[in-house]
Amino acid sequence: MDLSYGPHYEAFREEVRSFLARHGKDAPRGEGLRSEKVLAWQRLLIEHGYAARTIPKAYGGFGAAPDILESRIIAEEFAAARVSPGLGGQGISMLVPTLLEVGTEAQKTTFIPPTIRGEMLWCQGYSEPGAGSDLAALRTSAVVDGDDFVVNGQKIWTSTAHLADWIFCLVRTEPEAPKHQGISFLLFPMSTLGIEVRPLVDMTGVANFNEVFFTDVHVPRGQIVGQRGEGWKVANTILGHERGSLGDPNATMARFNALLELMRRETVDGQRLIDNPLFRDRLAALQSRVLAMRLHDMRLLSNKVNDARAPLANLITKLQGTELRHELEGFAIDVLGELGLAYGDNPDKQDGGSWQTSYMYFLGLIIGGGTSQIQKNIISERGLGMPREPKLAK
Amino acid sequence: MRFGLSEDQTLLDATVRRLLADQAPLNAVRAYADGSDDHALWATLCELGLGGLLVPEDAGGLGLGVLDAAVIAEALGYHVTPAPFLGTAVLFPRALAAAGLSEDPTWQARLGAVLDGSLRVGVAFPQAGGQRSRDSVTASGESVSGTVTLALDDVANAYLVASGDGALWWVEASASGCAREAFETVDRSRRCCRLTLTDCSATLLSRDLGVLAELRAVAWVILAADSLGAGRAMLDKAVAYAGEREQFNRPIATFQAVKHMCAEMAAELEPCTALVWYAAHCQDHIRDEALTTAGHAKALLGDVGQFVAKTATEVHGGMGFTDLVGLHYWFKRIGFNRQAFGNPQRIRAELADLQGW
Ligand SMILES: Cc1cc2nc3c(=O)[nH]c(=O)nc-3n(C[C@H](O)[C@H](O)[C@H](O)COP(=O)(O)OP(=O)(O)OC[C@H]3O[C@@H](n4cnc5c(N)ncnc54)[C@H](O)[C@@H]3O)c2cc1C
Repeated sequence: MDLSYGPHYEAFREEVRSFLARHGKDAPRGEGLRSEKVLAWQRLLIEHGYAARTIPKAYGGFGAAPDILESRIIAEEFAAARVSPGLGGQGISMLVPTLLEVGTEAQKTTFIPPTIRGEMLWCQGYSEPGAGSDLAALRTSAVVDGDDFVVNGQKIWTSTAHLADWIFCLVRTEPEAPKHQGISFLLFPMSTLGIEVRPLVDMTGVANFNEVFFTDVHVPRGQIVGQRGEGWKVANTILGHERGSLGDPNATMARFNALLELMRRETVDGQRLIDNPLFRDRLAALQSRVLAMRLHDMRLLSNKVNDARAPLANLITKLQGTELRHELEGFAIDVLGELGLAYGDNPDKQDGGSWQTSYMYFLGLIIGGGTSQIQKNIISERGLGMPREPKLAK
Repeated sequence: MRFGLSEDQTLLDATVRRLLADQAPLNAVRAYADGSDDHALWATLCELGLGGLLVPEDAGGLGLGVLDAAVIAEALGYHVTPAPFLGTAVLFPRALAAAGLSEDPTWQARLGAVLDGSLRVGVAFPQAGGQRSRDSVTASGESVSGTVTLALDDVANAYLVASGDGALWWVEASASGCAREAFETVDRSRRCCRLTLTDCSATLLSRDLGVLAELRAVAWVILAADSLGAGRAMLDKAVAYAGEREQFNRPIATFQAVKHMCAEMAAELEPCTALVWYAAHCQDHIRDEALTTAGHAKALLGDVGQFVAKTATEVHGGMGFTDLVGLHYWFKRIGFNRQAFGNPQRIRAELADLQGW
């Protein structure tokens, strides 16, 4: 067990801290995605290597060699300073790594620079009404017509489709092939003729995801990533990235601390919430699990740094991380009693109403990106080597 | 940076597990449960150096730390091995170190006797799981009196005894005034006893309350590690059984309900690994967090252990309920680990107080 990052990394940490001390005041705080403040901050971060750190210079990045601990230190220090770590979103976190692995040179130079600068926003068009957990059952079709694919069909649950400039989209190009082999991965602008976006209001009252309809949408054939019929493989080069990032244990720890604060502050029957022995017990039990997940995360980090394998350990993170966070948010509502119901513009809501909102938001994350049940299938099959379910005879 | 076991620790782990698989199969556990002793097995484990794991090198031991001990405890739990590990190999050398006695020639001689298994040290901390009215030990001068309902190891040569004022004593089992009788528990992979002390001569180890607190924290980590190992074994057995057992013309492992039970056990156990390692590491290297992390490890493994014990048994159907496959040895060991030295609720109450909530 060696928990120190070593002198090289501690020096690096100092650099990050001094950057934050000098520039932290310029960071955006709640400004919109397209605001000059956000874009300027993103450019500054790239210039100093705190965003797009390992993206090659040729594609507009900072061009540092990948170094897991440096990336971790940047994340830790920005979080500790409560300064925006720059832009995320599906373009930066999913599409860019995909293009780096399997994109053509032209795709890399065209799409990566504006994406990492925040000038080109993306949405992810995978799920369909008939293809959720069984994503490979997707039916949106793309048929070759001259130099174009012509796309017809419908996507659903497409987060930020109403804001996005472009979509990366899974479509069926080989209807005769087995279902995993007939899929292709296309890129096209959301402004293309034939696309209609209908917002869907979610349970928190926000319309952040959408239905997206395609009617004879023309996509130049060059805007395919990977080969025809390889879309499933292309999409899977990065699905793993997404799963790991849901239910971040450090964010959960921060929420735990906010909950602790809340329970010391609020009183019922003249008693602080935290003095109620049942609440106290449950809070300490949550703390054990939050701590365990944070240490688990350090174990995974260490495995990456040292090239150690622990497949089971990786597979449980999305399930445990999102379920734990949801439970924590729900417990805060419990301890608040009727006050925990305050919502919307109610001036009595606690902590900006974040307990109710996050309680619901994390239910969305439990479902999105592979439901908890799908995670358990994966854990049992890939982690424990148990057999797949037999196929039903048709 | 390395969050995890060193190469030496991995090697030690593999060696001990190989030996246990070979020399301590379930039959040996059954024999112990039926009344035979564990001396020969402990002697064999001592040949590997387990007795002297935490004994300083200048006293002939390996001079290792609590993380190494936790690795061994996990392996012992995995095999539900009867062994006087916690008291003899962990708490005794740890107590001497905490009391500043490791260099003292008398104690060094006793540490020497631990190495080959000839000296076994039991543990009698009546207040470890909460002070009961029937448990109390009072000291006067060089002697102690009182009862300890549950003391670890019914055949120890000597006991670490905590008196009501938090002082720590050394009591030889052969001393006049020291009587013991069996205290049967549900876990038959370990034997406990009730100690009755009547003006029994005792040697003071320390009056420092911190020493007892430290020993308790170390015990928490070791019991947590033991449950982690036992839980892992139960999960492995459940997965293996599900692969073999057929119902409705297919292995039950193809039923999603069964797969999800196994996935849930794995998902609950996996983060416990990191917690147990870290808590063990803190005992030697991060004093500020030693007590709280040990408490979290003990409390969480108490709960996760209980969940796994129940779920793995269910995966085995009626077979899980029988004596035939012996799964209940793991079930009961996990149950013991949950209650001994403080159950989860009690430890969490302490954790809350410790953190000034
Ligand atoms: C907040 C949010 C944002 C999202 N953003 C996007 C996005 O940007 N782009 C995008 O493409 N998609 C997005 N999704 C869609 C998301 O990936 C799907 O909702 C998810 O994969 C589940 O599919 P489904 O909704 O069709 O549910 P279904 O697949 O119909 O599942 C319904 C229930 O059946 C269970 N189930 C299904 N199959 C199995 C099985 N084999 N074994 C056991 N249980 C099973 C599920 O666990 C679930 O409980 C988002 C979803 C949410 C909630």
